[in-house]
Amino acid sequence: MLEIKCPYCGNRSQNEFAYGGDATVKRPELNTEVSDQDWDNFVYYRKNPRGNHLELWHHISGCRQWFKVLRNTATHDIIQTMEMKENP
Amino acid sequence: MSQEFRIASGGLIDRSKEISFIFNGKKYNGYKGDTLASALLANGVHLIGRSFKYHRPRGIIAAGVEDANGKVQLYKDNITEPNVNVTEVELVEGLRIESQNCWPSVNFDVGGINNFLNRFFPAGFYYKTFMWPKSFWYHVYEPFIRKAAGMGKASLDPDPDRYEHQYEHCDILVVGSGPSGIASALSAAKNGARVILAEDKARFGGSLLTDNVTIGNKNGDEWVEDSISELKSMPNVIIKKRSQVFGYYDHNMLVMFERCKDHLNNPEPYTPRQRLWYIRAKQVLISTGSIERPLIFANNDRPGIMLASSAREYLKVYGVLPGKKPIIFTNNDTAYETAIEFKAHGIDTVILDTRKSSDAGVVIEAKNIGIEIKFNHGIANTAGYKKVKSATIGELTESKDGYKNLTTIPCDSIFVSGNWTPTVHLASQSGNKLKYESETDTFLPDQSRQKETVIGSANGSFTLKESLADGFNKGYQLSDEITKNGREISVPISDEKDFGSHDKFWCMPVADNKHYKRFVDFQNDVAVSDIQLAVREGFRSIEHVKRYTTLGMATDQGKTSNLNGLQLVSDLEKKIVPEVGHTTFRPPYTSVTIGTIIGREVGKNYRATRKSPIHEWHEKNNAVFVDAGLWLRPRYYKRGNETLQEAAKREALNVRQNVGICDVTSLGKIDIKGKDSAEFLNRVYTNAFLKLPVGKARYGVMLREDGMVFDDGTTTRIAENHFHMTTTTAQAANVLSHLEYYLQVVWPELDVNVVSTTEQWAGAAIAGPKSRELLQRLFPEEDMSNEGFPFMGFKELKFKNTVARVFRISFSGELAFEMNVMSDYGEEMWNEIISQGEDFGIQPYGTEALSTLRIEMGHVAGSEIDGRTIAYDLSLEGMLSQKKDFIGKRSLNRKAFTENNREKIVGVVPIDKKTSIPEGSYLVENAKASFPNPKLGHVSASCWSVEYDNPFSLAIIKDGKNKKGEKLFAVSPLKNKIIPVEIVSQHYVDPEGKRVRS
Ligand SMILES: [Zn+2]
Repeated sequence: MLEIKCPYCGNRSQNEFAYGGDATVKRPELNTEVSDQDWDNFVYYRKNPRGNHLELWHHISGCRQWFKVLRNTATHDIIQTMEMKENP
Repeated sequence: MSQEFRIASGGLIDRSKEISFIFNGKKYNGYKGDTLASALLANGVHLIGRSFKYHRPRGIIAAGVEDANGKVQLYKDNITEPNVNVTEVELVEGLRIESQNCWPSVNFDVGGINNFLNRFFPAGFYYKTFMWPKSFWYHVYEPFIRKAAGMGKASLDPDPDRYEHQYEHCDILVVGSGPSGIASALSAAKNGARVILAEDKARFGGSLLTDNVTIGNKNGDEWVEDSISELKSMPNVIIKKRSQVFGYYDHNMLVMFERCKDHLNNPEPYTPRQRLWYIRAKQVLISTGSIERPLIFANNDRPGIMLASSAREYLKVYGVLPGKKPIIFTNNDTAYETAIEFKAHGIDTVILDTRKSSDAGVVIEAKNIGIEIKFNHGIANTAGYKKVKSATIGELTESKDGYKNLTTIPCDSIFVSGNWTPTVHLASQSGNKLKYESETDTFLPDQSRQKETVIGSANGSFTLKESLADGFNKGYQLSDEITKNGREISVPISDEKDFGSHDKFWCMPVADNKHYKRFVDFQNDVAVSDIQLAVREGFRSIEHVKRYTTLGMATDQGKTSNLNGLQLVSDLEKKIVPEVGHTTFRPPYTSVTIGTIIGREVGKNYRATRKSPIHEWHEKNNAVFVDAGLWLRPRYYKRGNETLQEAAKREALNVRQNVGICDVTSLGKIDIKGKDSAEFLNRVYTNAFLKLPVGKARYGVMLREDGMVFDDGTTTRIAENHFHMTTTTAQAANVLSHLEYYLQVVWPELDVNVVSTTEQWAGAAIAGPKSRELLQRLFPEEDMSNEGFPFMGFKELKFKNTVARVFRISFSGELAFEMNVMSDYGEEMWNEIISQGEDFGIQPYGTEALSTLRIEMGHVAGSEIDGRTIAYDLSLEGMLSQKKDFIGKRSLNRKAFTENNREKIVGVVPIDKKTSIPEGSYLVENAKASFPNPKLGHVSASCWSVEYDNPFSLAIIKDGKNKKGEKLFAVSPLKNKIIPVEIVSQHYVDPEGKRVRS
């Protein structure tokens, strides 16, 4: 079980969190033309990298904040966690 | 009954407390402090069970978790447990054990014939033997295997015991309480670290309980006792025996089970049987010691043949002689200590040593006290069916592939030692890539992956001096990184016997070309010949050899066999062991009872139960409850002998004719505040929310980004920047996460806050033509007319001493209101409505009537909003705004979503107006078509329409738009029904929606 440092609550066990996927995916702006390909990429396509991955986690059984985690998918090492407005 | 093999005094057992137990119907005695294994051996019982494949008689080979054979079916009080290891069960009153894997009895076992037919049971026999003829499988092979083989029997009753879970954090977790473990715990604890010390056995001390050593000026066992009491007195130390750390997971999370109850003769009520500890440690010191390896020789599996160190443990800890006429067979010096210990108790042994000589101190000591030693000797064969009675021994030839001469000597036991295997499982689980150390023929930890440090013999330090120094130093260094106290204690001087190096020869030749079995894995009956066969047949990877031969795959996980198997494969392939590599060490290290893993989450505690504040009233009024997510909701209120259908019909009819009341507390409620709230809702919902007036509710539909309908509900504008959202009961938590995601991740610039208020409000739906009159009675001052309180209106009204939120919204399709008060007033509100409603014939209605009402009205719910339907499918396309963008809108022009014959919701009525259509039925054009019969869609919900008094269902079918009036068939293969049906409008009752607006 991973130990994840919520930027607001500190170190907590993984069972307090929900995984939210790739944090680098950006939703296309509202009210703009979006090509089929761009929309498909946003809705369906995700990278599955071996190594460092910037991802979203939700402290669902805690402060209910979404935040970013830089995690190595091969070793499970968590390099850094940060608030949404921050970048690694 | 006398304990013939118990010595007169000595051992750590309590001889004042005699305890009896029953093994295979016969009564035996032991003492408090015994394990079942030591008590059986004290009575001279070696034959415990039969081996898995050949049903050969097998006995105890070790004294701890590494034992491969001592598996029994355990009975105590009303419970039974299979595959229990006799070496791990402590003796208490009332134990009954039975051999498993034998039929009809351990002494006469029909399956024993497999032993004589063993040419038919080679490696991979599962894959070869039972393949043909195919028809034999069900009637011959499988029943035979199930009856004659197979391990113990699991109980079919619920587990009566209680199991608990505990979370703990510490600076340093020390696993194993041998010399290095205690040393490191002491030095870390004295340096101020928070330490947990865990020992799997019932006594602390590990090898110090059996080795003749001194530490400081104390004997080893005295040093253990003093150190443990010192540790116990320290507030920063948790010290646990009977506690097996069995898994090393990510981020230094280790899992341990503690045996709390089974060893107690009179446990307090509510004592948990076991406790599962989740330990998050900053540093882990693995001092798990090492396990002695057996030597491999012909017929090396007979009862009475055990590990030399285990024989010494039985003698020193339990005062039991596993044999009175033992042969000691070794390729190293450590077994000499066993011979010396037995000699001290008047038992003469013969030592057979595969080496040509040894000048280690312990060997000289053995010689000096007159123990007979035969160097350069091996065991060529053994005899004795249910217990070993003799060994055929001989001097090894120069090339060690045969014997110069053979003689047979009598014995009642053989104690073997093939050197030591460090217990590196936890380090390997942590991710440590092991390295091979060719001097000792062992895998040792290499680079740490996490915060694990391996010390003592688990790390290849086989002398006490090294182990102690390692323990004290690592304990200090690691603790000081955390505490920075700098309090170091000095390493005490120790004295131990002198041991030399081992012989790399461990697999004895078989004399005279005989096909005797030489076992490597005792529990799974894997012999040298099986491994040879696997390699001959082309299996190269050690992982494949393992699976083909089942080497190391039994419940003991090959603790005594893996390394011997590896060495054998590398010898056969003329490779060195590191090239062959090792199989993966996976948790759990030892078997864990399922109950321990589950803990308290069983039965009604399997998950939380949520009850509305009106729950007690429902109970008093004969509600029959149904699970709705975590909530318990009244399904119907039973009157007399009513069935579910009768009650639902009565309750629904009363709503249509008079007025009903339904507890809707479980509906999700989300409070939304902030100056951008309206803009946010306008993006979340498919329909417009920007211009919703204050004091008005609006029905809304929300989509996922892939265009599927996510949830629906009403949202009310309480004030300019304040909204009250309702969700379905099932999706309440998901909708909140969804809103938080968009506010925090996608549009953080919006000034909006959301919070769940589901539990803050108790809710009652008041529905039916007489609901307005009832509302008027409840709020006499208020204008409740259609003009004064129109459909989708909202009022905040004074109710008794609190405030009620009243909405004019309807799920039943009738004129209806929903009233919310703060939860604490819920029951008061309910009682008031019931008492004021009496004059109008009010009746409570449950979820079954609620379903009936919504189905015949054609309102969609969870069975239609199932994550696979878009707005069009549910006839909600009118809710899709053309003027604005919203979540999921861009997906709606996908080709499949815009096809002409897209699925759509319809109503379904059986032609005979009598036969109810099972939910989940398929709709087909031709009931008699051959498979696969093209399916038009499925029935999502069914009810008995109270308006028309006949069955009515909703279905989602292909080209539903153009199917009205068509005659189809509803087919339910599960219920074995074919029902002719007609497709009608989904809105079976009041299609214009006049009633809700009346
Ligand atoms: Zn948090």
